[in-house]
Amino acid sequence: MTVTSAAPGRRVRTRHRPPDHGTGPEPAVLTVVRAGPAASVQDLGRPGMAHLGVPASGPADRRSFRLANRLAGNPEDTPALEVTLGGLAITLSATRHVAVTGAPAPLTVDGVPVDGAPRLWLRAGSVLAVGRPWAGCRTYLAVSGGLEAEPVLGSASRDFLTGLGPDPLRAGAEYGLGPARPVPAIPLELAFSVVPCGGPATVRFRWGPRHELFDAADRHRLTTTPWRVSAQCDRVGARLTGPPLAIGSVDLPSEGTVRGAIQVPPSGEPIVFLADHPVTGGYPVIGVVTDADIDLVGQTLPGDELRLAPIL
Amino acid sequence: MTPEEVPPADVAPEEVPPADVTAADVAPEQMPPADVTQAYPAPGKTILRRAGDRGWLIECADRHPAEVATSIRAQPWASGLREVVPAATTVLVVAETAAGMGTLAAGLRTVLDGTGAHPTGPPPGRRIVIPVRYDGPDLPEIAERLGLDPEEVARRHGAGEYRVGFFGFAPGFAYLDGVPESLRLPRLSSPRPRVAAGVVAIAGNQTVVYPGGTPGGWHQIGVTTTRLWDVTAEPPNRLAVGDRVVFEAVTP
Repeated sequence: MTVTSAAPGRRVRTRHRPPDHGTGPEPAVLTVVRAGPAASVQDLGRPGMAHLGVPASGPADRRSFRLANRLAGNPEDTPALEVTLGGLAITLSATRHVAVTGAPAPLTVDGVPVDGAPRLWLRAGSVLAVGRPWAGCRTYLAVSGGLEAEPVLGSASRDFLTGLGPDPLRAGAEYGLGPARPVPAIPLELAFSVVPCGGPATVRFRWGPRHELFDAADRHRLTTTPWRVSAQCDRVGARLTGPPLAIGSVDLPSEGTVRGAIQVPPSGEPIVFLADHPVTGGYPVIGVVTDADIDLVGQTLPGDELRLAPIL
Repeated sequence: MTPEEVPPADVAPEEVPPADVTAADVAPEQMPPADVTQAYPAPGKTILRRAGDRGWLIECADRHPAEVATSIRAQPWASGLREVVPAATTVLVVAETAAGMGTLAAGLRTVLDGTGAHPTGPPPGRRIVIPVRYDGPDLPEIAERLGLDPEEVARRHGAGEYRVGFFGFAPGFAYLDGVPESLRLPRLSSPRPRVAAGVVAIAGNQTVVYPGGTPGGWHQIGVTTTRLWDVTAEPPNRLAVGDRVVFEAVTP
């Protein structure tokens, strides 16, 4: 079995665990009891490789991910779990602090509800289950010490577009845990995540790079339409539905794209690029959602109303 | 949830562009003419277009994107850049933080408008030889469409020198420019679902060595055993933007 140690800002080293001759403590592991519909290991991804065709990947809601690691006493780039629409159950072989952030979801330990606690002291052998969120769609779960997952191109993030990184979670999968770390004494009531909760979510964007390809009516429509997130919504991007923009088919030579790009394909219904977006695209990008607000888009569900507010 | 309720994010605050950002630095608000493709991009002038909080998209006009990207990476301030992404006619530059986007624009302008200091063509790059076995499944059909013998298609492909223009589509997928005029064909109407690593294919004026595991709509003319993309290697890419590539026929 291979274990890894991760440190922020530099390439993850991989080493092989010495054979276990029955001496010393058992290595601590996290075991997946139930995987849920789409759970994966994430760290802060593979930035800086877009020129090689490699998406940055990383958590869809980076703010909640970083918060989970901080609450668990880990560096922000430590591998942790991204749970989409709940359905996850895990158990640990060693008692650890576990932080849960992002979309608020029913939590149980051995079947007993423990809702509202952003950090748990999870005893060895107990089963922590994450149900379907009440609001938002992605819940983050960080274990003190972090997960040990095989890095690919320097990151343990699963990229659902290219297939780079560790496999998505499945029942029975085991992940080694790094040495437990002391957790910070911070007021946990301040540890909240931003998720859409009823009513429209408003996200800010900057015009460009290709907004001038669109006429005034299209640009007006983009900012006044109560867009709905469609069922075609994953870590690659969120397609929005509503009265389509009229621009029609514009093929540009492929050009680099960024997270948050609002790309308009020939259908006229925008797509907002998320963590696993392709590094280049040929449809015009009318605007880019701000870094501050793109995490909120990563928490939207099909049917959620999204309003796009331009920064002037 | 209104934007005001969003807690402070891990990004630098918005900043007002300094005075050195001219109107040309940001895309004009004017509506384009009806036929946008004709007037786009403006010929002979590099343009910076804002691409989000931390990005500038450079339209390279008459300069080669690979050369522009190489020049940008050579600047002392390039360590503050997260991504420099050359593509067909543009270079996307993404900064680590949103602070100083105006200063960055000014720095990019000095690179783009610098005269004499930089070559106008693509960077010299390295010369890389890739052995190819020209026995791809599409070779007979495209030879017939082109009115050539399969051997002649292979000879003409192997006689050219290609440039690594940019990477895109998939990890390690390097677009190599320079397919001879006589071999240019549109892509397949129906792409193959999965193409193995090492397959050599052509479409339009470009050729590629498939990195493996992707779908593919290009015409497969051969295969190489040389690994050009290996995610376990450091670095994973054998080819870099600006490199010159020649294919050398080997017998099956």
